[in-house]
Amino acid sequence: MGLLQKASKTWLLLELVKGLAVTGRYFFQKKITIEYPEERTPLSPRFRGLHALRRNEHGEERCIACKLCEAVCPAMAITIESEERDDGSRRTTRYDIDLSKCIYCGLCQEACPVDAIVETQIFEYGGETRDVLFYDKKMLLEVGDRYEAQIARNIKADAPYC
Amino acid sequence: MDGLDIAVTTLLWVLEILAIAVPVALSVAYITYAERRVIGFMQARKGCNRVGPHGLLQPLADGLKLFLKETIIPAKANKFLFVAAPVIALTPALIAFAVVPFGETRLFGLWDTPHVMSIAHLNVGILYVMAISSLAVYGVLLAGWASNSKYALLGAVRATCQMVSYEIAMGFSLVCVLMLAGTMDLSGIVHAQEGGFWHWYIIPLFPMFLVYFISGCAETNRTPFDLVEGDAELVAGHIVEYSGMWFATFSLAEYAALILISLMTSILFLGGWYAPFPFLDFIPGTFWLLGKAAFFIFVFIWFRATFPRYRYDQMMRLGWKVFLPWTLAWIAVIGIFTYTPGLQDLIAFYQPWR
Repeated sequence: MGLLQKASKTWLLLELVKGLAVTGRYFFQKKITIEYPEERTPLSPRFRGLHALRRNEHGEERCIACKLCEAVCPAMAITIESEERDDGSRRTTRYDIDLSKCIYCGLCQEACPVDAIVETQIFEYGGETRDVLFYDKKMLLEVGDRYEAQIARNIKADAPYC
Repeated sequence: MDGLDIAVTTLLWVLEILAIAVPVALSVAYITYAERRVIGFMQARKGCNRVGPHGLLQPLADGLKLFLKETIIPAKANKFLFVAAPVIALTPALIAFAVVPFGETRLFGLWDTPHVMSIAHLNVGILYVMAISSLAVYGVLLAGWASNSKYALLGAVRATCQMVSYEIAMGFSLVCVLMLAGTMDLSGIVHAQEGGFWHWYIIPLFPMFLVYFISGCAETNRTPFDLVEGDAELVAGHIVEYSGMWFATFSLAEYAALILISLMTSILFLGGWYAPFPFLDFIPGTFWLLGKAAFFIFVFIWFRATFPRYRYDQMMRLGWKVFLPWTLAWIAVIGIFTYTPGLQDLIAFYQPWR
């Protein structure tokens, strides 16, 4: 019987038919393709995309120019210059992030003691030249102003796990 | 025969040729589309669906792209053969369609007797197809040789070996069909299978049907026998140095051969243009033939989505040590069956010509 079974398995190509059945089943299965520009996958609140500089509720920029982010940045993508402002507070005069150097590790966000530098869920900011990937302080603050609601929501959603 | 007669005959021939060559070229374009879609579906993807509705214009976009691409001829290649090889590959694939009977027609009652729809009504059609499809190997061989590249040459050597080996098994499985049909005329073979699926040669010749179809896979270099292209080892085999339209010519030849094998399998084993049940005969025969061929093309694509590639020695073993003895044995079986006393009814059933 064993021999007969083995022979019939070989000569009736049973294993090939089994393989065809598997692909045949998949043929009718629901497709998992996501058609990107129209459909998107959900993003985690921790998603690390384009950077932003935030302001506090009084409209004052949060950054206190402690330069922890600059120090922690493993790619040395952040450049900060600071001086004393007229009211005596220490503020940045220059805050540049070279996104072509950035590795999106999120260490700057973790290092920041005042939640000033954050990474948003924006990931569609590519361009055709390198200089569009060079963000200065003004641009980063603009991103922060524009997406503040989203940033705050994401930080709040992630807070219980920090 | 005066000048007008010659002109009219020539025009008719040109029309007949165009009536087959143009649909073949179009079907090749859409088989590439179907292949991408079907394989995509079998991998739980959607496949190409961006160009036009459901991606239906994708073949046009691909064709345009290939037209506009530069044809690069390697500096050390044999230029004449390099350019000639795709043509030599494509020509046999197309001229083999000359004898394929696409059905029978009375031309809407214009003729009293049904005429077979084929360009050339050859009484040794099956030999012609065998001979012509063997010629396809020259295109591959010359492409590999003229490219002056080690991968192309290895691909060509493999292709030659493979085609020669499987040709034999294919030929012997055809012998079984000939023994039952008693004719080498393709339309005669179809006529011998008239009257419902129980007359089709797939029933007495089922193992030969498998051998023929699998050899067809090997003959057209389709998965699981695409060692010629074997991209893991040989990059793309004989087509590695080709680009642009010459590359497209090779795939045109490959898919034309695929259509031909599907049509031949339908004609030889599945009753050609006859419906599986006689009461379905009101549907024109051409639809049945093309439907059966389309099913086989689907199976080819299905194979490609399912099976991994054979190792080279396994493929040779299958051809020489399995298919060849199996076909030879089945020839003996059919021969003995034909002359067994007491089976006259069954013999007359499958051999109506006796």
